[in-house]
Amino acid sequence: MNDKKWLYDEEIINKLSEELELLKSESGASATFLIDKDGQLLTCASHNTEYDTTSIAALVAGNVAATDGLAKLLGENEFSILFHEGENEHVHISLIYKMVILVVIFDESTSLGLIRLRVKKFVNRLKDLLENAEKNKRRENNDGLFDDITDDDIEKLFGPSDSETGQG
Amino acid sequence: MSFINYSTKEINCKIVYYGPGLCGKTTNLRYIYEKTDEKSKGKMISLATESERTLFFDFMPLKLGEIKGFKVRFHLYTVPGQVFYNASRKLILKGADGIVFVADSQIERMDANLDSFDNLRDNLEEHGYNLDNIPLVLQYNKRDLPDLIPVSELEQALNYRNVQYFEASALTGKGVFPTLKGIAKEVIKKLKG
Repeated sequence: MNDKKWLYDEEIINKLSEELELLKSESGASATFLIDKDGQLLTCASHNTEYDTTSIAALVAGNVAATDGLAKLLGENEFSILFHEGENEHVHISLIYKMVILVVIFDESTSLGLIRLRVKKFVNRLKDLLENAEKNKRRENNDGLFDDITDDDIEKLFGPSDSETGQG
Repeated sequence: MSFINYSTKEINCKIVYYGPGLCGKTTNLRYIYEKTDEKSKGKMISLATESERTLFFDFMPLKLGEIKGFKVRFHLYTVPGQVFYNASRKLILKGADGIVFVADSQIERMDANLDSFDNLRDNLEEHGYNLDNIPLVLQYNKRDLPDLIPVSELEQALNYRNVQYFEASALTGKGVFPTLKGIAKEVIKKLKG
């Protein structure tokens, strides 16, 4: 069930973040994100804090999943690239090795050609990283960490404001 | 499949509200959204038709407290309930950590509840999950209306696993948070392995 253990690994996430930063600066993009196929944000490089990364991750994953469904219906293996063109901002989405989704947001200060070129190089650089990560799958990181969670710990997750709703 | 990020110390879990068309899945999420503190919630996104029927999904991120120093976040999703949207419904289930099955308590909706429950089982199986062991709670919704199916009958028809169930009226909010708490507990228990 746990086929993406490697993503939990702090070291790998840090390496992915460095690569994302590099991609962002080389391509002149406004922001770059890596998302897993279930809609969870893995890491991002963005100086613009206005981006709602959680919502972007959920919508992009939905978008990729729907496109993937469409590909299968048409007998295609996959549609690996999606591109959305806006008036000011554009979004380039690519599914990398069917493992993670790369999102690049950019504006008129750069070009689609440059984005595509840099994304291609980024994907090549990522190949080794992802393959090695797969090979070196570590033991599960959360071994034992959550074993002694008590009902009380779980109860405390919910603020006191919810308590008026009581138990059903 | 919960996502534990060790670099940001976050646990993200995906909860899916499932059930027949018009059973109140979106209404559950809307109530949670309205009653949750600004600091604890993100934007609620509804991909709906012009007539406000869910077309793809509703989505809402919810921040809870901390557990073992990890910030716990729940991503709540609903599926489109209408039968012909099954392809989209299946996509939303991918990566789900827990399911809230929302049943419509009105007598005439019993068949729809059963069909949807069977459909849930089939769609989970296609993703390699098993309805017999995935974290699950049941919500018997619309208990404020007349002509209801008795809870005992709903229990017999749907609750073969003997999981927690909640009587609710999502429109007024009754039972909405207890349901959410119920599934949150089940999902976190599963983290323990």
